[in-house]
Amino acid sequence: MNDQARALKPEENFIEEEPYYEAISSEIDIFLAAYKQQIPVLLKGPTGCGKTRFMEHMAWRLKKPLITVSCHDDLTASDLVGRFLISGGETQWIDGPLARAVRHGAICYLDEVVEARKDTTVVIHPLADDRRVLPMEKVGELLEATEDFCLAMSYNPGYQSVLKDLKQSTRQRFVALEFDYPAADLETRIIKTEADIDQALAEKLVKFAHMTRNLKGSGLEEGASTRLLVHAGKLISSGISPVDACHSCIAQALTDDAEMLAAINELSSSLF
Amino acid sequence: MSLPPFTYDEIEERLDDMFIEVDGSVINHLTQFDIQTQDTLLELVSKANSTNSGLAYQLCLRLERAVDLMEIDTIEMWLDQAIDAFDNKGLYSAVEIFDQLESIANHAKQKLTGIAFEEVCNMLEHFVVGLNGRKLKIETDKNSYTDTETIFLPAMLNQYAEKEDNFQLYKCMVVNLWAQNWFGTWRHDLVDIFSDYEKPDQAQAWFHVIETIRLDHKIKNELPGIHRQMQRLCALSGNTSIHEISLSITPHTVDENSSAEDSLKIVTKVQHLPLPEIHSYAASMNADQVSLIREARIIKEKDLFRSVIAKLIDEKDKQENDEKNAQSESEDEHSITVEKLPDPNMPDGFTYELQLDGDPIEPPDGVESLISSIIQDFGEIPDDYLVAAGDGNYKILPDENKTDGANVWAGTYHEEGAFLHKEWDHRRQRYKKNWCALREVDITSGSTQFIKKTLSKYSGLVKNIRRTFEILRGEDKTLKKQPYGDDIDIDALVEAWADTASGLEMSENIFTKMHKEERNIAVIFMVDMSGSTKGWINDAERESLVLLCEALETLGDRYAIYGFTGNTRKRCEVYPVKTFDDPYDDKTKGRISNIEPKDYTRLGVFIRHFNQMFEAVEAKTKILITLSDGKPEDYDGYRGEYGIEDTRVALLESRQQGIHPFCITIDKEGRDYLKTMYGSASYVVIDDVAQLPLKVADIYRNITS
Repeated sequence: MNDQARALKPEENFIEEEPYYEAISSEIDIFLAAYKQQIPVLLKGPTGCGKTRFMEHMAWRLKKPLITVSCHDDLTASDLVGRFLISGGETQWIDGPLARAVRHGAICYLDEVVEARKDTTVVIHPLADDRRVLPMEKVGELLEATEDFCLAMSYNPGYQSVLKDLKQSTRQRFVALEFDYPAADLETRIIKTEADIDQALAEKLVKFAHMTRNLKGSGLEEGASTRLLVHAGKLISSGISPVDACHSCIAQALTDDAEMLAAINELSSSLF
Repeated sequence: MSLPPFTYDEIEERLDDMFIEVDGSVINHLTQFDIQTQDTLLELVSKANSTNSGLAYQLCLRLERAVDLMEIDTIEMWLDQAIDAFDNKGLYSAVEIFDQLESIANHAKQKLTGIAFEEVCNMLEHFVVGLNGRKLKIETDKNSYTDTETIFLPAMLNQYAEKEDNFQLYKCMVVNLWAQNWFGTWRHDLVDIFSDYEKPDQAQAWFHVIETIRLDHKIKNELPGIHRQMQRLCALSGNTSIHEISLSITPHTVDENSSAEDSLKIVTKVQHLPLPEIHSYAASMNADQVSLIREARIIKEKDLFRSVIAKLIDEKDKQENDEKNAQSESEDEHSITVEKLPDPNMPDGFTYELQLDGDPIEPPDGVESLISSIIQDFGEIPDDYLVAAGDGNYKILPDENKTDGANVWAGTYHEEGAFLHKEWDHRRQRYKKNWCALREVDITSGSTQFIKKTLSKYSGLVKNIRRTFEILRGEDKTLKKQPYGDDIDIDALVEAWADTASGLEMSENIFTKMHKEERNIAVIFMVDMSGSTKGWINDAERESLVLLCEALETLGDRYAIYGFTGNTRKRCEVYPVKTFDDPYDDKTKGRISNIEPKDYTRLGVFIRHFNQMFEAVEAKTKILITLSDGKPEDYDGYRGEYGIEDTRVALLESRQQGIHPFCITIDKEGRDYLKTMYGSASYVVIDDVAQLPLKVADIYRNITS
């Protein structure tokens, strides 16, 4: 346990072990085809349904490094492309994550891209069509992507607001893959494998998730995601009682409203 | 040192003030208490009196018994229940609650162990929505039963000595009644079936018993946690367990695979036997109520479903015609079928998928729950549902139905399709739940002549407004000397370098950063459309809106405009003049022109409605601007202090939600109450109507910058 955390350069981030991923439909084939044809990909879906895991899995399949950028509303174009820094009295250009990905032929994954400001998302446009170049105005270069490079981004249409929507000019450059929570039996299998719990328990967790998803729109913004179920499953397999695990991992994660919390807890204690 | 208690005469006088005349013995009894108790009791009487004098009189009659049996707190709880019953069903049910004095007191005496419906109803409502199936509402009634759309529960449970157990009893009742709905107890019209029996009541009671056994198996499978609670509650109160009851009907058996039909068959065999007593969580059955509700729903849903199908076929036709480039009128007959698919989450283990010409189709929004509701009623989608509704019939779609205020009003149930809001009653210091029914009513768009006239009338002002607001619109600016940023600030770097050369510490602030000023404001204007605005005020309101829209279009803030007016608590109406999504086009302009005075001003409910609307809006600053004239006023007692207090509390709720309420009042006199009413909100009073258009834009600029 005393080992220090491993420090990696972004372009060295190869996924070595196969990340567990169960395909919901033909998303793997579509992604592979788009990659071959050098078309960027847009992953749509609610939080915790496996978008990021899917990207890791694809990076592993393609044996390419995965560079993930979590977008936020202060993300500027130079955060993606790069900037000059001062070093020993001189300026020195440092590539941003997007430029690194292009330079090294990696997969660049922009997570929650709607969070980024609209003027930021525009810098990916030349990369996302058949030009496949990244203009770096500050250094006066045009970085041309190799065929290894892949651009993907994710977006959660669920909590769309008037302010946070993808521009048409952006979204129409991408092949879109839609993700949703998997069907009950598939979700059961995923939780069973990920959290290492038995079938009956996994089934109950999925049932519980469906109960919370019934509440979506009637007091809950979002039902329990597959990720939350996996968390709960993991706690259960380390000896926490199912009701407590559901309370901490799921109920508390979904809402702060006292009555709703009580209702969700009652639902879980009814099931287990 | 405490004061001497009230004398007989003093008490009589206080009661006289409330116009209550009671027997001398009641007053005599009251003289025996110390002054604090007397005062509290008289306060309670006055509280009852503020609702209804009959209620206060009935309370006085029982006061002696009540004080004998209960603590003051319990008496207050008992009175609150009665007031609620009065609000919902009138004096008769309130008196019924009063008469339950003994049973309520019995349990309360040991401790305050009872649990009132009010404490748990919100939670239970969420709970039951979490379970599968039709979204059931929860309400109170004397007995617990379900009418297949609502679950009715007693207003108070105090069967057990522990509060927690009473709560569990509520929960078990809810689950049992939900199970009746979900597992098909009501798929047959029981009134019909049992009317042929020799003793219909006995047969139905047996059906209830057998169904409870059947549902017990289902619940054991589905919700084992609840099943354990049910067993525990049975044991705790010494009731016969469901398992033992199930033995009493041998050789007939019910298990988790049985259906309601099996139960009906068993009823024919056991109906003559003496009825076993089952635990109260099993609730009761109200077959009459169910057939009433069920029949209405089946007709409604069948129409709806058939119209959905007609629409789907129509769309397909259109699509094909487009493809054929309208060469010839398509004569192909399309057919909708349903495919039965296994689904362990459904009560019978099957779900149904809609297919158009053999291809599965995604049901449109809202239809999924319709299908699920139909399956709950029949266990399948009956064949006659699959016939498309005739021409033109399909236009009644669910959501259109919902917003059609006039139609709903004609129905028996006033609140259907309306938004229900609570209201604050300052006399009781509590909310009246679901008190006001509010609906959105479309406002027709008129000519834009008024807008043109206003713009030319105020043309100088409009120019001015545009210019001022353009300045307000945030501009980007580059910030220099930043510790972190997009680019290097060469000036700062040279300076820092010089500093280092002269032996000073080098500054880290050598970057430039682009600072984006983003206005993230959402604002709702609620415009008074009450009758008192007729004439000048209405014109001024409309003119102000026109000028405001000009300003806001320049600014780019998101804004919505709603007109509001009410006529009693059951008929509150908002008129969407411009929603957040509507553009400021001729249609919107036409609607502004068409704002006209209607009924009364019941402010609180509208403020609450917009508070709720703001929940779905994501903005850094949310502003609710009320444009009204004078005091809130409506029929049914919404005036004076009541209206002012309700408005005050509603504005306080806005604040708590992070909304900035701002009130613009046109009032020539009587400003004293405004301070109380707008306590938590900022407000401005305009005494000259003609000033309103000139000032509104100014006011808006002041509060948003």
